[in-house]
Amino acid sequence: MNRVYNVLLFMALALAPLAGQAEANLEVNTPAIASLKQSMQSRHAQLVEHYNNGAVGLTRDGMVTMRDANAVPLAQRQAVNALISAENQDRAALYREIARANNHPEWEPKIRATFGQRWINLARSGWWYQTDGNAWKQK
Amino acid sequence: MKNNNLLYDILPITTGLFAAGMLLSACVTINIYFPAAAAEKAADKIIEEVWQLEQEKKDE
Repeated sequence: MNRVYNVLLFMALALAPLAGQAEANLEVNTPAIASLKQSMQSRHAQLVEHYNNGAVGLTRDGMVTMRDANAVPLAQRQAVNALISAENQDRAALYREIARANNHPEWEPKIRATFGQRWINLARSGWWYQTDGNAWKQK
Repeated sequence: MKNNNLLYDILPITTGLFAAGMLLSACVTINIYFPAAAAEKAADKIIEEVWQLEQEKKDE
């Protein structure tokens, strides 16, 4: 009886390497990612009106860009350009940080592409985004 | 003496299982494939936070 038990235990131990595997989840809870999210969230309050009036559009590669400078009064244009550039810096850092947090820096382009699709997918109606053919389309 | 043979009988099976287990876990640990679905889920969560989409839904 004892021997049978030992045999069963032995067989169970043989499968031990299968235990403790990471789930197919992406690690996104790091201090760096949290602070990038925070920074982008507070900037969004300023960017949202420019998404709404079409001045700023979402690019396919997960960035934002000045789409229609004429929609911004000349006096504000420099400030909006600064917002865009700061937002793009945060976004690039976000994609890089997610790849790094998951120990796969080489995943960065794929993470960026995924975000590119998801920003556009979740964009509110009226916002502009870049299509695969690099044309601008309004949601 | 005959009973002892049981261990030898299952040794090849156990070794095989162990090898299979190692191989399988190695595949997952190396994880060279990009987890596209997980990435999409993670992206959605971050975008919802940055754009505060949940809050807007509640406000509406």
